[in-house]
Amino acid sequence: MRLTRRDALAALAGAGIVGGGAGATASRLLGPDDSDGGGTVPDWIIDALVATAEVVYPSEVSGVRDFVETYSEGRIAAREDYQRGVREAIGVLDEQAETWYDQPFADLRPGLRDALLRNFGVAAADPAPNGTSPEQVRFYVVNELQYALYTSPAGGRLLGIENPQGHAGGIDSYQRGPHG
Amino acid sequence: MTRHTTGEYATDTTGAGPVGEPLSTPRRPSERVDVCVIGAGPAGALVAHELATQNYEVVVLEAGPRFDPADHRQRMEQAIRPAFGRDDVWDMGGPRDAFSASGERTYPLNVARVKGIGGSTLHWQGMVMRLHEADFRRQSRDGVAADWPIEYADLREYYARAERSLGVAGSADNPFSPPREATFPLPAFPPSYSDSLFAEACERLGIVTHSVPNARNSAAYDGRSACVGYGTCQPVCPSGAKYSADVHVTKAQRQGARVVDRAPVQRLETDESGRRVETAVYTTPDGREYRQSARRFVLACGGVETPRLLLLSRSSTHPDGLANGSGTVGRFFMDHLFAGAGGRLDQPTRQNHVGFNTTESHQFYDDPGRATNGTASDIPGSDADLGPIKLEFFNYAGPSPVEMALTAEEWGDSLLSELRSAYGNHIAVGGLVGQLPSRTNRVTLDTTRTDNHGNPVPDLQWRLDDRTRRTISRANTIQHAILDELGATVDWTVGPENTGPAYHHMGTTRMGTNPATSVVNPRLRTHEVSNLYIAGSSAFTTGGAMNPTLTIAALALKCADSVGETL
Repeated sequence: MRLTRRDALAALAGAGIVGGGAGATASRLLGPDDSDGGGTVPDWIIDALVATAEVVYPSEVSGVRDFVETYSEGRIAAREDYQRGVREAIGVLDEQAETWYDQPFADLRPGLRDALLRNFGVAAADPAPNGTSPEQVRFYVVNELQYALYTSPAGGRLLGIENPQGHAGGIDSYQRGPHG
Repeated sequence: MTRHTTGEYATDTTGAGPVGEPLSTPRRPSERVDVCVIGAGPAGALVAHELATQNYEVVVLEAGPRFDPADHRQRMEQAIRPAFGRDDVWDMGGPRDAFSASGERTYPLNVARVKGIGGSTLHWQGMVMRLHEADFRRQSRDGVAADWPIEYADLREYYARAERSLGVAGSADNPFSPPREATFPLPAFPPSYSDSLFAEACERLGIVTHSVPNARNSAAYDGRSACVGYGTCQPVCPSGAKYSADVHVTKAQRQGARVVDRAPVQRLETDESGRRVETAVYTTPDGREYRQSARRFVLACGGVETPRLLLLSRSSTHPDGLANGSGTVGRFFMDHLFAGAGGRLDQPTRQNHVGFNTTESHQFYDDPGRATNGTASDIPGSDADLGPIKLEFFNYAGPSPVEMALTAEEWGDSLLSELRSAYGNHIAVGGLVGQLPSRTNRVTLDTTRTDNHGNPVPDLQWRLDDRTRRTISRANTIQHAILDELGATVDWTVGPENTGPAYHHMGTTRMGTNPATSVVNPRLRTHEVSNLYIAGSSAFTTGGAMNPTLTIAALALKCADSVGETL
């Protein structure tokens, strides 16, 4: 299943970032590809989030960069405190990657990224914005990405739920049976 | 969650924005006030709106803050994400909300209430049923507890007004409901797919199912949108489609009422005779103490804080607490108990698309021991002494995939596989069981602990009686029969041993005609203090097994009429 920028916008709508009077935000996020750095979230943050998503998202989804980039631009850019938390958590990951593998986290091959996250204790960590380093990585990086995917209709489609919790998908789907 | 105080606001570093009116908002007392309403939940909001509409000068003092609706989506995220506790969502907890629970059973008070403009309707489920005629006559009908001093007929018109005020979506398809005079203001939400599975099984058992009255817009109503299906009704509705009492606080302000947030009332002071309240003494965030005078006072602080404030207001003329000559202030605390069972089917059940229910059965409400005769099977009757039972068919059985994903120790393909295995075929039937009032179930003061203003904290002493346990078992019997008829594998049961409260705090300033055994009269005025009224569930004489907020609203409207007639 291919994730699109529109899927990211749907996730952002659930998070209250776009929709309503925020059409300008949506237009900007749906505009030309900003992969050359035209966005407001630094490339190294986007790269690290994409690198994490490639590990924590299921292999049957593609289009991860477009989805993560659009979601992050909408979600993180306008929230200074939150961006600081994401930046610090990714800084921790990069520092650990440099210590263990002499490379930034985003430059590691996927298997090493997965191993680093697990060996650093992120899989078992309770998410906590003010917790230990693994807890902060879980909160600001891994759970941020999982929240984006699984509250979106795209994530819901993976599970057969068109209107997952956290998404304002209307009141039709709950009435429908499994065959539509 | 980290919350800290800046010069102007309390702020939240994780998303939700400033909380409460700016500190620069005037919080000094008003002059020439007709009515001072204490508490801005559904009871206080409706009283304030009614009286402000009649051009009385109304001041509302609310202990909690005014929450910005623009932050509700971020509060929803806090509700979904496991980093936050349920009490974090609406900023409950800490020294302001300290409490004790020294009774036989513990009580999680701070997840059971919200302090702020809107009160606990900010986090409620939004189910709004009328009490049945029998609920007002438990002593006459069943020989237990006490009769209310009013009948269903006395509240009937108030119920209709309350349904219009809250915007109730419902249908006339419930054959067990008490008599109605008009249709609901909004059409009922259609049944869910899983409701259709339940309906077939129930029919085979001889159980009648019907729609659920919801204080949730099935179509746009009163300037608020129709439900858009966020699926997080409890504890946050980001769209505003679910009614919350800040709606009527805002309406009251438009009619001229003044609302002061973060102004917890510390005590009420009377004149020398003790027959009239003269002032409500309240504090403000800057630590100042003010005194609000008024001609009438309406206490609307919920089933715990209302009796607590009366007990805190003891004086030489009211040595056991204000209006507590009967010794019943704080006593007869009641809640509803949850009974339920759930499991899995061998087919999809389409759960967790929305956060509210669309089908119930009130067949076992007035006659919980009744037998049924279905087309395929039946439920045997019971001669035991039982209380009313309300059955609810869930639309949110089993795990929410996103909440699972956020707590899982797996990710990637392993997580997806786990989610696919966990989601899809859960089914559950729940219900509420009524608890009879008991003198020993009570809210009192714990003088060994104090809140952030140095006042003794409330202490909940609560236990279950055998009749309640028996009724929960009866509910389980019915629920298991339904699940068996569906062909479900039952994975869990909440019965008499592991039941919990539904967070409906009732009975602690009970209504009655005898000043020796009750706190307020049928006009919601305290027996002993001529200008002090109480609106809310603390006035319930018995609690039935219906969610209480529609009755709270109806009593609030009645209270407003009573107050208005004396001004």
